Amino acid sequence: MSRGTLIDLLYLVSATTFILALKGLGSPKRARLGNGVAAVGMLIAVVATFFKHVDGHPLHNVGLILIAMVIGVVVAVPAARFVRMTAMPQLVAIFNGVGGGAAALVSITEFMHIHSTNPATYVTLEVLLGVLIGTVSFSGSAIAYAKLQELMTGRPVTYPGQQVINAILGAAGLVLIVIILVNGTTALLWVLLALAFVLGIAFVLPIGGADVPVLISLLNSFTGLAVAASGFTLGSNLLIVAGTLVGASGILLTRLMSKAMGRSLSNVLFSAFGSVITASGAGGADARPVRSGSPEDAGVLLSFASRVAIIPGYGLAVAQAQHVLRELAEELEKKGIEVFYAIHPVAGRMPGHMNVLLAEANVPYEQLKELDEANSELQTADVALVVGANDTVNPAAKDDKGSPIFGMPIINADLAENVLFLKRSMRPGFAGIENELLYNPKTTLVFGDAKDTLTKIVASVKAN
Amino acid sequence: MGNVLLQYATVLMLTIFVGIEIIAKVPSILHTPLMSGSNAIHGVILVGAMLVLGAADTTPEKILGFLAVILATLNVVGGFVVTDRMLEMFKAKPKAPVAKKDEVAS
Repeated sequence: MSRGTLIDLLYLVSATTFILALKGLGSPKRARLGNGVAAVGMLIAVVATFFKHVDGHPLHNVGLILIAMVIGVVVAVPAARFVRMTAMPQLVAIFNGVGGGAAALVSITEFMHIHSTNPATYVTLEVLLGVLIGTVSFSGSAIAYAKLQELMTGRPVTYPGQQVINAILGAAGLVLIVIILVNGTTALLWVLLALAFVLGIAFVLPIGGADVPVLISLLNSFTGLAVAASGFTLGSNLLIVAGTLVGASGILLTRLMSKAMGRSLSNVLFSAFGSVITASGAGGADARPVRSGSPEDAGVLLSFASRVAIIPGYGLAVAQAQHVLRELAEELEKKGIEVFYAIHPVAGRMPGHMNVLLAEANVPYEQLKELDEANSELQTADVALVVGANDTVNPAAKDDKGSPIFGMPIINADLAENVLFLKRSMRPGFAGIENELLYNPKTTLVFGDAKDTLTKIVASVKAN
Repeated sequence: MGNVLLQYATVLMLTIFVGIEIIAKVPSILHTPLMSGSNAIHGVILVGAMLVLGAADTTPEKILGFLAVILATLNVVGGFVVTDRMLEMFKAKPKAPVAKKDEVAS
């Protein structure tokens, strides 16, 4: 068997592991194994590539390749290992962005390399698509990162004529591609690069922080497509398979994610969701009375309940209060009180994020109830304890047709006898929408940092 | 436009269907790890980056190729490590009773 055939065979093995990995990632039991399988496949592909011949010679610049890889590993491993779990979404955004950047660079470099040989029109087209999509993914992910990391406002950034300007930018990109293909003016490649960079930013700016995870999933899919385009240019089946796999499954995943929020994908992308703080009802909301209580009151209420539903949200993770929360649940269970967690599919910053955070705090998996089950169990709960959640328990999603979150499935905290709402302040949540539940007569607000408050509640429960 | 292009297009089409089919029934708690895992998989652009740097003759090509390898390595390594860290949370807990068939624990 020739060297080339053997390497192609190894690439085939590698591509197969990617398919198996995606399959595994869809099932909780095999997910971790699936990820490991893909990593092994990747290693096989990379090692095989070192022995590949390009342009009829073994790889040049092997030293440079190794140095670049070492730099990448030295930066990536600590970042991925030690970043707090709450910052996970940003990290995924970055790793996706650099992938898009790499795909664009690969396309550009290959183009410079083959440029003098007057490549066929379709090769140029593949290069241009790779550059366009990869760069949009790169700059878009950078803005997504900035929004999640709160380097800039998480609210949608809007300006007059935004959609029109974006449409013009997109159209200009396509026109530019046609011009380059027809005229063969390669200097315009750099114009396209700049345009794609701006387009990525302009595309992401109007998307609100709460929707950014869906956006990251979409950009992830874009990067996949850019990789597939590079695969066409380089003539690599491996890149085409892996890139297309991610591109296709990414689009579907993006749709599933927006569906979990009860919205359509176009609504997520183009509605500048949450740009206005909406106070439902005509009058200003701040004047209305709310009932607030001390952590001790909350402790008493909980101690004399028989079923408690805990509804956690991102605020819980920000305050790093998962462990105290589990302690509270354990104290309550010692008193024979039944405790369960009602998990909204988009609680936290990404779908499934809350499950990961609670699992990290050793909360037993069987206490976590998904939306539908949680809502039916809430009817028999004495107390619903809302910790750091807001939009996911906002009844406006059911009642207020004018509300931007209307139609999103929520956890019906108000079905329980009593609602304890742990909150830092009266400020509205991530999506910037006033929450009617705060004014519900069943609701008692306990103000303060979630961790402090929970610690005090635990003490109070122990004393009762 | 030769047979080679047609062959790549065939692979492309088939893979699109595989990609859609394969994740059609994913529970929502796995959306995040799945996104992160597929993020790592498109890091395979590292192979492409190695090939262009390995073929590079001129300094600009070398610089761009070098950057591409760095970025792609970040994507691959970071992607797999983050995904593994997320999925670590789903590992079996010694005391947990047997969960329902398609659930996480146990």
